[in-house]
Amino acid sequence: MTDKNFSLPQRAALLTRTGWASFIVSLLLVCALAPTLNLIAPQGSMFHLSDYAVALVGKIMCYAICALAMDLIWGYTGILSLGHGLFFALGGYVMGMYLMRQIGADGNYKSNLPDFMVFLDWKTLPWHWLLSDSFAATLVLIVAAPALVAFVFGYFAFRSRIKGVYFSIITQAMTYAAMLLFFRNETGFGGNNGFTDFKRILDLPIATPSMRMILFVMTGCTLLAFYLFARWMVRSKYGRVLQAIRDAETRVMFSGYSPLPYKLSIWVISAVMCGVAGALYVPQVGIINPGEMSPANSIEIAVWAAVGGRASLVGPILGAFLVNGAKSWLTVTAPEFWLYFLGALFIAVTLYLPDGVLGLIHKWKGRRA
Amino acid sequence: MTPDLLQQGARRVAERMQKSDQKTESGGRETSYGRIATPGEVDVTHGRILYLEDVSVSFDGFKAINKLSLDIAPGELRCIIGPNGAGKTTMMDIITGKTRPDEGLVFFGSTIDLLRHNEPDIAQMGIGRKFQKPTVFEQLSVFENLELALKTPKGVKASMFFRLDSRQSDRLAEVLHTIHLADHVRVQAGTLSHGQKQWLEIGMLLMQDPKLLLLDEPVAGMTDHETERTAELFLTLKGKHSLMVVEHDMSFIRSISDIVTVLCDGSVLAQGTLDQVQSDERVIEVYLGR
Repeated sequence: MTDKNFSLPQRAALLTRTGWASFIVSLLLVCALAPTLNLIAPQGSMFHLSDYAVALVGKIMCYAICALAMDLIWGYTGILSLGHGLFFALGGYVMGMYLMRQIGADGNYKSNLPDFMVFLDWKTLPWHWLLSDSFAATLVLIVAAPALVAFVFGYFAFRSRIKGVYFSIITQAMTYAAMLLFFRNETGFGGNNGFTDFKRILDLPIATPSMRMILFVMTGCTLLAFYLFARWMVRSKYGRVLQAIRDAETRVMFSGYSPLPYKLSIWVISAVMCGVAGALYVPQVGIINPGEMSPANSIEIAVWAAVGGRASLVGPILGAFLVNGAKSWLTVTAPEFWLYFLGALFIAVTLYLPDGVLGLIHKWKGRRA
Repeated sequence: MTPDLLQQGARRVAERMQKSDQKTESGGRETSYGRIATPGEVDVTHGRILYLEDVSVSFDGFKAINKLSLDIAPGELRCIIGPNGAGKTTMMDIITGKTRPDEGLVFFGSTIDLLRHNEPDIAQMGIGRKFQKPTVFEQLSVFENLELALKTPKGVKASMFFRLDSRQSDRLAEVLHTIHLADHVRVQAGTLSHGQKQWLEIGMLLMQDPKLLLLDEPVAGMTDHETERTAELFLTLKGKHSLMVVEHDMSFIRSISDIVTVLCDGSVLAQGTLDQVQSDERVIEVYLGR
């Protein structure tokens, strides 16, 4: 009965040929071109990449990781989280604690304890700081802390079948509650000042051009690695189950899949990605405070993903660059208009660009072809 | 040995193989007192694949199902008819674990108590369900829809590393032809016509290879030609699978049914062949209004 022209679709490749080409170009840009232009090209030359640009792009790449994580949970699984800022901040705080311990006795009070503890008249290190002297433990905690919070929160939320806007509101409340908690001095996270004045990382000075470049390259490589990992996930059957949960969850259940482990796993993976981004962000910008957990930050992550184009992986990365590029330009030229611009952008994207900028590009390409 | 004797022997072996493969009421096993029930596997040695007894459920005081008792034999094709609000969809919700009844017994085979399981478990044990409104994964292609429904381990890790093997591909291709969507393998399911979506959903059920299929208005929105082909399909499924079909289309029911059960106000009003129930006074009354 099978006719000769009939064939089942083949498994899609991880990346297309152009996909691999652009991937390798991006890798070269991050690992070779940027360091050369920044460190080797002389200061006055037209090829010189300024420190400001390195810092800015490094920061935006951290944001892009968040946007990618948001795309996995929102674009592919249809769960809008408005609390991803919390996971970003958790990763950042774990890193921040390590950097605070690296200051050693070089702080303002010349004490072995971090300055804010001396200020609060604490004599010993609180229990949750015990692991922060070890870099290895810090690396583990960067993954474990957001993962644990996400797992506990996600388990109860998904098991109770909380969906849609209710879930979004709860995530928003979660990050807000955490922010209030971290604002308090007695929780031992530096209160509203957070952590700053970092001096060293792995006993090397942190504010040198070469250290900045190392962090920049690491961030870029992490972003690219996460992109490949995300691509691998969404093209596996696992990724298609996630999309199926987004489109018709009841059908997924009646096909024999229990949605809970699927939602929970992608939720935790997404949270860990944000945590890693936060940990890369803190040494680059040199500060972490509870402001990172404010609800507005989490909403911005969703805006990046929406502007770039949901369920496309490349889109949200693009969106993070576009929106943050516009932000750093506008906050210099017309600081009072930035928030109006952000609001207008979100409305415009929702109304006219349901598939974001990437959708628009595809449309143009399609028209020309 | 002569070729003649060889052939005879081969035939005997083939016959025995066929016999052991056959799905009998005992699931291929001999009935005896020493029979061991396998957990999680449906046991139909008592001749019933689905058994409901005195099931009741009420929503805000309204009795959607009222002391409903019903049973289905392995391999049977049972049609369920009844006026709107008779509780047909609610009954399917109860069987598939979506709704918990207030009281009553619901058994799959004679050992599995369905009230102790949730929707994914029940689906994996072998009860497939088609919804009244066709629900397929609109953003995925026809191929991906069928692949997702395939009977495989359904855990996260298994899905991450899943690869379609050749036997599964053959099965998928076979189902694609059965549901007449072979030309639409790569088409996004959302763009299919209503009737094609119905078929795709039926195809997804077939991929699950369920022992019992619950079909809620499977031919709604199909053309006459499509309806005819669906009837043919159901008749070929009968015997290998048990089917419970809820429909309003009487000519469709006439073409497939043995026994028809009439539901009304949440319980069984009449049962018998279509002609028998159509001549039943009470059935005429509920359909024509009192």
